[in-house]
Amino acid sequence: PEETRAAAPVDFLQELPSYQSALRRRAAAGGTQGRRAAPQGSAGLRAAEARGPEQEGGELAARPAREYPLSIAEKRRLRDCQQADIEYLSGWKQWKRTSSKSLKKVLGEVKELLSYLELWRHDIRSIEGKFGTGIQSYFSFLRFLVLLNFVIFILMFSFVTLPTIISEYGIFNSSFTKIPPKNIEPHCTVYKPSGNKGLVYFYTYLKDLLSGTGFLEVTSLFYGYYTIDAAWLSILRYNLPLAYLLATFAYLALSLLWIIKRSGEGFKQSLVHDEDQFQSYCNKVFAGWDFCITDPNAAQLKHRSLQYELQTDLEEERLKRKIADRTMKEKLRIYSLRIFINIIVIAVLSGCFYSIYRATVFSQENSNDISNTNFQANLLVQYLPSMVITLANFIAPQIFSFLIRFEDYSPAFEIRLTLMRCIFVRLANIGVLLFSLWSQISYCATEKCKACGYNYELYPCWESEVGQEMYKLMIFDFIIILAVTLFVDFPRKLLVTHCSCKPVQWCGLQEFGISDNVLEIIYGQTICWIGTFFSPLLPAIATIKYFIIFYVKKISLMHTRKPAARPIRASSSNFFFLVVLLIGLILAFIPLGISIAHIPSSKACGPFRSFNTSWAVIPDTILGFPTGLQQVLHGIASEAFAVPFFMVICLVMFYFIALAGAHKRVVEQLREQLVMESRDKLFLIRKITEAQRH
Amino acid sequence: AYKRFSELLPKEERENACSARVPKSQILTLPELRANPFQHRICRVFSTSYDGDDSMSFEDFLDMLSVFSDSATSDIKSHYAFRIFDFDDDGTLDRKDLEKLVNCLTGQGEESRLSNAEMEQLIQNILEESDIDKDGTINLSEFQHVISRSPDFASSFKIVL
Repeated sequence: PEETRAAAPVDFLQELPSYQSALRRRAAAGGTQGRRAAPQGSAGLRAAEARGPEQEGGELAARPAREYPLSIAEKRRLRDCQQADIEYLSGWKQWKRTSSKSLKKVLGEVKELLSYLELWRHDIRSIEGKFGTGIQSYFSFLRFLVLLNFVIFILMFSFVTLPTIISEYGIFNSSFTKIPPKNIEPHCTVYKPSGNKGLVYFYTYLKDLLSGTGFLEVTSLFYGYYTIDAAWLSILRYNLPLAYLLATFAYLALSLLWIIKRSGEGFKQSLVHDEDQFQSYCNKVFAGWDFCITDPNAAQLKHRSLQYELQTDLEEERLKRKIADRTMKEKLRIYSLRIFINIIVIAVLSGCFYSIYRATVFSQENSNDISNTNFQANLLVQYLPSMVITLANFIAPQIFSFLIRFEDYSPAFEIRLTLMRCIFVRLANIGVLLFSLWSQISYCATEKCKACGYNYELYPCWESEVGQEMYKLMIFDFIIILAVTLFVDFPRKLLVTHCSCKPVQWCGLQEFGISDNVLEIIYGQTICWIGTFFSPLLPAIATIKYFIIFYVKKISLMHTRKPAARPIRASSSNFFFLVVLLIGLILAFIPLGISIAHIPSSKACGPFRSFNTSWAVIPDTILGFPTGLQQVLHGIASEAFAVPFFMVICLVMFYFIALAGAHKRVVEQLREQLVMESRDKLFLIRKITEAQRH
Repeated sequence: AYKRFSELLPKEERENACSARVPKSQILTLPELRANPFQHRICRVFSTSYDGDDSMSFEDFLDMLSVFSDSATSDIKSHYAFRIFDFDDDGTLDRKDLEKLVNCLTGQGEESRLSNAEMEQLIQNILEESDIDKDGTINLSEFQHVISRSPDFASSFKIVL
């Protein structure tokens, strides 16, 4: 039966139409035997041509030759055939064909030229060749952030800083009007930023540079500088407070849209299919080998990592089957253990948050004590919150990866859960810092203080204070990254290469941990997003910071790191970076929203002096519009519009969800049908051969 | 590309590099192919030599580069990937082809191969995911279908000179 079953397909399957078409396609592609004989080649070409009219009917709109999987010699013949065919077409169609061809060519060349303008193209290519596409995706991500920050900087600069500077210096015949004093309590408006006057020690400048006080506080770096109400360029009136607020919203929206656009690809795939695409075996086996690798050592490592990955996956599958067979008693034990460990995790987190809170409060209380002239101690106090945050960011992940071993999850889930916890720690730390700052700022004991709405004695210009904290965080982050590279990586490499004693060799070179590095820069980017409202020139600092970090990381990678034993895949890592960045952005909305809409803006500095909160400038502007437009805007914001709008959006969403579900079901049915068809085919063939034999 | 190709030829033949054929052993010294476990299959697939010695002319070289470049469509890439993975050239990927493929991926040498049980389990999983008509082999359309859902393929199946 084995041979008959094998023989039958050979006879009958070869006569089936589907097999014939596959054979034709293979011949057209020049199968290994077919290539040698020229007649076969022309048969292939004829098949290719025959497909052309089949597909397009009358209009011979064949695909460009480059899309056919043929060898060059055969493509030339195909192109000659196509050229010959063109002569039979009418003049109009001929012109259309040739013009579309030349247009495609021009577009292709323009694209190629543009790619030469791409920043760091050569560097990223060389990294790709040596370390594979996983690490390359980290550096592409870094490049993306440099561009994003640069665009945000241009936005804020051109709409906020530039008009201020132009009108203050009277360039282009412009002038400005200061904010009219309204009937606010006079004590709220007292703000004397202590710019450096007279002779000061050199280290004061250094201290100011590092902590944003002193001479930096009165520059356009911080919110307090923008005191202009409106700038006049001949007769045009430029409303600066409105521009400030709108530029903030604009850069947030721009970041959101750009990130969503970039993450579109990875998202589309996972919406249609149920299985986790990145973990499927086919993806690992068929797309597993990275053809970019040129270095034999890297290839060796890739082999080992692939073997390790496949073995772990298979083991995980076996583990899953074992888990499904767990008894009730074991399940109870494991769940109670997990709950206990989660409680420990929450305790660790609360410990971090509390220490950050105390450090911030301490730092704020002591840095306002001007009699403290000891340079180092003052700097230390200023940087205390940043140091505590960095320490927490370093210790917490170690604790988490230690604890998760006891929770008995599958390895892939372990990694994901640890990662999620680390992300949460990093982003929540910033939130706690801001929260503790606000509690300090809004702490009001006296009646006079309540009239202003914030603690006017300590923080006459609280937005500049917050801006300074963000500035300090960013500078400190940058210093730490440089310091770790200089003082940890290079000595380690020197030690490993020159000292051959056992413990040092066992430590070995460090791997390039992608997730840690990515979390680092996402932390920095979240700070930038939050801080830009309080310090409009912060994106420029961020751009320069990431620019330098690119080169630092690249040098560190090339010289001190070994390729990771378990590399992350390129596609899943791209998606992961962008998702975490999105989480950071959305978390940045919260503090900004609260500062803009809830906390009263400082009356002593800044463009929003005459308003209660920063948001109040928008209703104010709307009141200045013509009544018709006002009514329209009021209508849009009212409930009568919002509720039906919301319901319509819900309906549309349900429609698309239902459509997706229906498509999924159809796909499943078609797959089952295919399986059935194939079985039917084999069955019928067997029956025919049996019938033939009798 | 022409420069790289002519570097592979011995000095006296460099003048007519366009029409010369480079033997397989020379091609395999290219850094891009040197570390590649599929080097033999690549040479076999792209070579149009009549003698079956897998030597490549300049046109074959260009062919290979164009398929592995960024601008090749995923259709073409998956077509050629199928041919590269089809070790016995029978037009389908059966169990033996898949076994050889996995062994190429995990490296040469005895200790880097998967055990028999693991190999069985892996091939079973692969066929389960990609074999739509359940005939035990993967044909071109099934392969192209599974590749179209694979997010890593486009970025891993490329060579840059």
